[in-house]
Amino acid sequence: MLSFLTAPTLAHYLVLGAILFAISMAGIFLNRKNVIIILMAIELMLLAVNLNFIAFSSYLGDMNGQVFVFFILTVAAAESAIGLAILVLLFRNVGSINVDDLGKLKG
Amino acid sequence: MTFSTAIFYIFSAILVFAALRVITTRNPVHAALWLVLCFFTAAGVWILLKAEFLAIVLVLVYVGAVMVLFLFVVMMLDVNFDSLRTNIRSYVPVAATVGVLVLLEMALVIVGAHIGTDAAPPIETGSNTKALGRLLYIDYLYPLEIASAVLLVAIIAAIALTHRTRGKTKHQDPGAQVRVRREDRVRLVNMPSENRE
Repeated sequence: MLSFLTAPTLAHYLVLGAILFAISMAGIFLNRKNVIIILMAIELMLLAVNLNFIAFSSYLGDMNGQVFVFFILTVAAAESAIGLAILVLLFRNVGSINVDDLGKLKG
Repeated sequence: MTFSTAIFYIFSAILVFAALRVITTRNPVHAALWLVLCFFTAAGVWILLKAEFLAIVLVLVYVGAVMVLFLFVVMMLDVNFDSLRTNIRSYVPVAATVGVLVLLEMALVIVGAHIGTDAAPPIETGSNTKALGRLLYIDYLYPLEIASAVLLVAIIAAIALTHRTRGKTKHQDPGAQVRVRREDRVRLVNMPSENRE
């Protein structure tokens, strides 16, 4: 039937992570004006990297990969919170979330 | 094809489709919801990799807190999103080229290196949570404490950035209370004392 769909090896998981990473990069290129979608694409990138770490940790039998994912999740949550706080502040002061309107600091 | 293999391919397909919908949808609330689906599906893939503690943490922390925060912010901001999508068709060639190129390069490296020709991961005995907890609290105790300090700094920064003081509420200012001087509170007046009649 679908005989080319073999049991997933390490390479399958890494390619899945690579696909997610490439999608999020294309998303940043595509939505370059919308700060909220850029933040969501960054979350997708972090998800791809976490998937990489966990795949390696599982296939090499080393738990350190999962410890690193734990810390990546912590830092990503902190960064999302502060990024969204900056976004809210930006919207309060400028009134839009267009990246082109961020040039107020230019001399 | 075993059940877990089928589950892997089904979850991968859902994950990739949801990721594509995150970056292409017009409505940012929809994009946030597609991202929630991405995280749930990724948690399913992590359980396939026998990392069940981190899968549950992903659902609880990432979906339960971070994505809820995203949804709050997206719904609170009253933005004209159509103005942000003007000329989006002109960005599609560059975005597609970059995405496909990066993907091809990474896939060539991964597949060409012939990693994972030995198939399934070794079956671990014991619970994943216990092993992770042992490693975190014994070997990585110092980074764990630093991570909690990072979270504290994030809380303080987010509040300090967005907090607005409204002038109408009464509040105490402990700094001013401590800095008060005797001359501000007590004034001695010299008056002659009154007579009896």
